[in-house]
Amino acid sequence: MSPPEAEGPGLSAYRRREQSITLSRVEESEIKGTPGDGDGDRAETTDELLTLNFGPHHPATHGVLRLLVTLQGEIVRDIKPIVGYVHTGIEKTAEDKAYWKVIPIVERMDYLAYYFNAMAYVGAVEALLEVEVPTRAQYLRVIHLELNRIASHLIWLGTSALDLGSTSIFLYCLREREMILDLFEMSSGARMHTRYFQVGGVIEDIPAGFAPKLREFLKIMPGRADEYGAILNSNEIVLQRLRGTCPLDAQTLLGLGVTGPLLRAAGNPWDLRKAAPYSSYGDFDFKIPVGTVGDNYDRYAVRLAEIYESVKIVGQALDGLPEGPHITGDRKVALPPRHELATSMEALIHHFKLVTEGFRVPPGEVYHPIESPRGELGCFIRSDGSAKPARVHMRDPSFVNLQALAPMARGSYIADMIATTAMLDPILGGIDR
Amino acid sequence: MLRGSAIEGPNRSAHLEGTELESYVEERMLTTTLDQAIAWARSNSFFPLAFGLACCAMEQFHAAGPRMDIGRFGWEAFRASPRQSDLIILAGRVSIKMAPIIRRLYDQMLEPKWAISMGACCSSMGVFNNYALVPADKFMPIDVHVPGCPPRPEALMHGVLKLRKMVQDDPDMGWRRRYDAVGTEEIIPGA
Amino acid sequence: MPDATGLELIAHDLGDTVLETVYFRERATLAIDPRGIRQTLQHLRGLGYTFLASVHGVDHYPEEPRLGVCYELLDMGSVDRITVKLRVPCDAPRVASVSEDWPTANHQEREVYDMFGVVFDGHPDLRRILMPEDYEGHPQRRDFPIGGEPVIFTLDEARWLESRE
Repeated sequence: MSPPEAEGPGLSAYRRREQSITLSRVEESEIKGTPGDGDGDRAETTDELLTLNFGPHHPATHGVLRLLVTLQGEIVRDIKPIVGYVHTGIEKTAEDKAYWKVIPIVERMDYLAYYFNAMAYVGAVEALLEVEVPTRAQYLRVIHLELNRIASHLIWLGTSALDLGSTSIFLYCLREREMILDLFEMSSGARMHTRYFQVGGVIEDIPAGFAPKLREFLKIMPGRADEYGAILNSNEIVLQRLRGTCPLDAQTLLGLGVTGPLLRAAGNPWDLRKAAPYSSYGDFDFKIPVGTVGDNYDRYAVRLAEIYESVKIVGQALDGLPEGPHITGDRKVALPPRHELATSMEALIHHFKLVTEGFRVPPGEVYHPIESPRGELGCFIRSDGSAKPARVHMRDPSFVNLQALAPMARGSYIADMIATTAMLDPILGGIDR
Repeated sequence: MLRGSAIEGPNRSAHLEGTELESYVEERMLTTTLDQAIAWARSNSFFPLAFGLACCAMEQFHAAGPRMDIGRFGWEAFRASPRQSDLIILAGRVSIKMAPIIRRLYDQMLEPKWAISMGACCSSMGVFNNYALVPADKFMPIDVHVPGCPPRPEALMHGVLKLRKMVQDDPDMGWRRRYDAVGTEEIIPGA
Repeated sequence: MPDATGLELIAHDLGDTVLETVYFRERATLAIDPRGIRQTLQHLRGLGYTFLASVHGVDHYPEEPRLGVCYELLDMGSVDRITVKLRVPCDAPRVASVSEDWPTANHQEREVYDMFGVVFDGHPDLRRILMPEDYEGHPQRRDFPIGGEPVIFTLDEARWLESRE
């Protein structure tokens, strides 16, 4: 094995480009739209456009996002995001496994919204199989989904505040998130990537102490969110950095395919939980926070307000939780309860078939979208009649939302670009899959 | 003035001699070799590189968070630059596009340096045994592997404490031998 | 979703471009000729489907034509979804790019190119997006091996080491 070389003819053009930054001189007249006051002296100098490489290792890039930023001084002229640094081949791996076993694979895609990944996938399989999910399971799903939404927004708030310079918010958000992860651990045994949603319902009913602990959390959470608001809402630094920076109108966002809090901050109240309710979301009474201007401050305010709404939804779901089975009774799809295995031969055969081969899904294609904390998360499944899916594609919201970064940040300063990347809430696991 | 045992003031022990003096000193001072002292200092003030790739990074945040508090051991100073850190906690899955970059980061760290591979994905390939990932052992020397998917903050703590003990017990740790490890060079296609 | 009749009416309007209509599990799909993709999407935009939610690829191996591209459209006004799919053979995988009319298709078409090898004519910047740029092969195709390493458990490893001596 030869020792590593820094440069050399053995490198492909791509690798050589990776190791350099470029500098190009342009005439003043070619650069349009410089912000700031028109300084008479500038007309005599020629400006340079510097292409700077940001990341993939950078504290502010929220994961391994690489940005090629073309700068004129401190003003951003163009951004080219380069992704793929955490590409895991999830979709390819999913083709190799039985439908049931794909759930843990797909959960690890958008690693902050793991219940949402599972929900999109499981919803698509249920659409293909046409199984009914019992109401109790639907309400339990809603509880876990909304708790996960709060947890995802808490990490977003913590890391964004960290980018803006506030370390204490990060620790406060983690304190609340520990409480949510404790609840997840109570219901499923794991803090993250819990494999709790199964085809036809949820894997286990909630234990006895779950409801009181959840009520305690719901009592505390709005007060804590008020604390974050009190620190950040009228903070001089937050206002200077977020108010009026990098706005983008709803029409451009729709053209770019952006959904979720980014679109809602720009004024368009599109939310799949209200527009096309799935999993009993229609039973709950909640509002959709909508912004006005579409700048960074609105994006922050919309997500903070969504935390309160999620708390309301969880409270209503817990109060209205009906009795019933936690998973469909169709034994061809869901495992029979263990005590039946000792007495019923049929249950034993079903168990055996499900565990070894898995259920077969009739051939067809289905696209099932849901509303994740970042936007429309859709799962496309193509089945060919066997026990393994022929194609699983997750339409990840961060992948599509990333295209909006360049239009948003063009013409602003580097610091605004950093704040915009934070407000965009990109999750690289979802972008790269 | 020194007189018997009823003495006040800072020079109480000035009258001791011989074995009394030795035992007096032993009770009050810590003797050690320079290596061990440095190892003790190093192990209690690691500067980890703030490097999170995927889901394990979330649990790494929790390990640095208020409940599990990695700062109890002096490890809370996460540095952004590899030049200022001496520990890299690989938290998350390492794809083939990312591997040369991690290797470059590891090379940029100053000696002595250690590496913890957190989670199943970077230790082996974890849940994903496919074309897109590479286990971290293939391109850099790792000292502690922490299993889990993702490992709980307590599990990361366990790995952290293990590394701390390793550094304390064996200040040399043979790390120069490790750094010259065979089989971890970067391979450039066509070169 | 438009119901089955609505789907047939849309297909009738589009004429020869439509090869097949599928109404499955209350979801409407139009299978069209690859050459008519831009006109079809513009026509559907006129009908109200103004949001392109997803562009993704499918590999129909071993049936020919093998590589498929699906476009998921959404009508936000009446909350309607419709899918448009097309299939191209592996030896001539060229499709007109819709990224000019629908800016959201930019990165998504790059991903289809990267994973399946479908070349989009007219795309401003068709490079690999997820794999390294000098990677060879298109991973998501069905005949691309899944890769990975053999898992050697402790007992097998001992036996393997013995067999080498």
